[in-house]
Amino acid sequence: MPLHLKLHTQPEVPLEADCICPDKIQSLKGSEISSMIVFHGNRQVKLGEFFDCKGEFDGEIIIDGDLNNVKHVGASMTFGKIIIEGNIGLHTGAAMQGGEIIIEGNAADWLAAEMQGGKITVKGNAGHMTGSGYRGSTVGMQGGEIFIHGNVKNETGHVMRRGLIVVGGDSGDFTGVNMIAGTIIVLGNMGIRTGAGMRRGSIICFNEAEILPTFTRNCVYKPSFIKFYINYLEKNGFSIDSSYTNGTFERWSGDSIELNRGEVLLSQYKNK
Amino acid sequence: MIIIYINMKLLKHDDCFMKIKSTEIDDTFAEAFKMFGSRIIITAETKEWAIAAAQSVTGFATSVIGCKCEAGIETEILPENSPDQRHGISVLFFAMDSESLGKRLVERIGQSVMTCPSTSCFNGIDDGNEVGVGGQLRYFGDGHQISKKILNKRLWRIPVMDGEFLVDDIFRVKEAVGGGNILIMAKDQNTALKAAKSAVKAMREVQNIILPFPNGVVRSGSKVGSKYKALIASTNDAYCPTLSSVVEKTEIGEGVNCVLEIVIDGLGLEDVEQAMRVGAEAAIKPGVKKISAGNYGGGLGQYKIHLHKLLAKGEK
Repeated sequence: MPLHLKLHTQPEVPLEADCICPDKIQSLKGSEISSMIVFHGNRQVKLGEFFDCKGEFDGEIIIDGDLNNVKHVGASMTFGKIIIEGNIGLHTGAAMQGGEIIIEGNAADWLAAEMQGGKITVKGNAGHMTGSGYRGSTVGMQGGEIFIHGNVKNETGHVMRRGLIVVGGDSGDFTGVNMIAGTIIVLGNMGIRTGAGMRRGSIICFNEAEILPTFTRNCVYKPSFIKFYINYLEKNGFSIDSSYTNGTFERWSGDSIELNRGEVLLSQYKNK
Repeated sequence: MIIIYINMKLLKHDDCFMKIKSTEIDDTFAEAFKMFGSRIIITAETKEWAIAAAQSVTGFATSVIGCKCEAGIETEILPENSPDQRHGISVLFFAMDSESLGKRLVERIGQSVMTCPSTSCFNGIDDGNEVGVGGQLRYFGDGHQISKKILNKRLWRIPVMDGEFLVDDIFRVKEAVGGGNILIMAKDQNTALKAAKSAVKAMREVQNIILPFPNGVVRSGSKVGSKYKALIASTNDAYCPTLSSVVEKTEIGEGVNCVLEIVIDGLGLEDVEQAMRVGAEAAIKPGVKKISAGNYGGGLGQYKIHLHKLLAKGEK
């Protein structure tokens, strides 16, 4: 039976609950889990003041309730599974190294910031800075996979170096800004200034997009590697029109203010 | 002698004599060797281009003696079953050791698959030793190559003039069996060719095997050594009809005027045995005097595949 945490008292200010993490809970029992320390604003309190704890940790944690004000859940986790039954607050899965987080609702900003491994699935939308580096960091996401079935806001994959981010809906502005490497796939529309300052890496979009003047158009071709991604996305619950599988993509290289080794691939299918 | 009727075929069998219909089955064995094998899957925009690449990559790969590896087309793969949903051809490679096979894969995929328009190339087996293929070929991209890791598998995208050549970073090689064989000894060349054609057709239905010689058939069977010191192998004079009265020991019996051999390499011993069995059965025709098998006295190969046991098993 998994450990079940149910929010019984809504925090008035953000609750920093980085202790909700398999690595920190694995050796604890029910009462010890309730006694773990969280920050309610600048005040140290016990987790039990906000959550009811039921069950035993068997590798899985299920969290219930309106968690918009609960931050850092699953931060730095290396194994196990966290299932969040609703929305979740800032920094969820930040610096995560392994395991899996499933969010049935929406995720707030800084989801999986500086992630290194593991997998996060968001059934709803995600906020700004998804899979990005913190301000001042030269390297952001360094591995792992983020699947967002809805939309994301700005600066998704900022200074991303490795890994995969998939957005089932639309992405905001500056998708892949200052990207170093890795792959971002957007099935919907992207905002402006996609890939600004990117050095390497791939941004793949299944729609038209506004391209910066520092990018140059290369060609229209069939990148067969995309089929592998499409197959993988379908296995992860994304529904993709089969016409994309054999379709052509327009390739843009950039950003020429940097190495000019990055690529933006835009599906031509919608234009037919 | 005992006479057994099985599946309406007349089988005469005692300790050293076996006959199926009018064809004698020699009481001997094929001597097969431990080799290393690998499967690659070539895909392309059309079946025509996939076949073109497969034919090129398996060219000049009949025998490890002179070609460094043995290779052949295993089967066609329909788009719905291929790694990238395009037309595919699977090809098997065999060499005497893992390192050598890895080198052959790099050379041949680089020269014959990467060069062929619209192709991609993927590893086709899950177990065995890893050899870097895409990781070597990527340097052709001169720094413009891009890697993508999907489901813990790394792919290399190498820019080429029609777009990109997509190739797996790692291919796998595993222990395999080479040198399974049957010898078709017939009254004349026409009969031998027809019997060999039937045998090849039947063998090609077996999975995990290839027949590395032209159309699957070899006429220049070899023995170990030569009177010329520089040669490690020479014509198998015991099976040359023109030498039947010249050499000290001949295997050419009464009424035999032509011998053709079919060599089988496979990823497993059972695959090779199955291919030999169906091939020998298909080769049994009027005018085929004897089905035999080649060996070196049993002192060289790790596997002995006895024809009598094999065909008796097939009858059961």
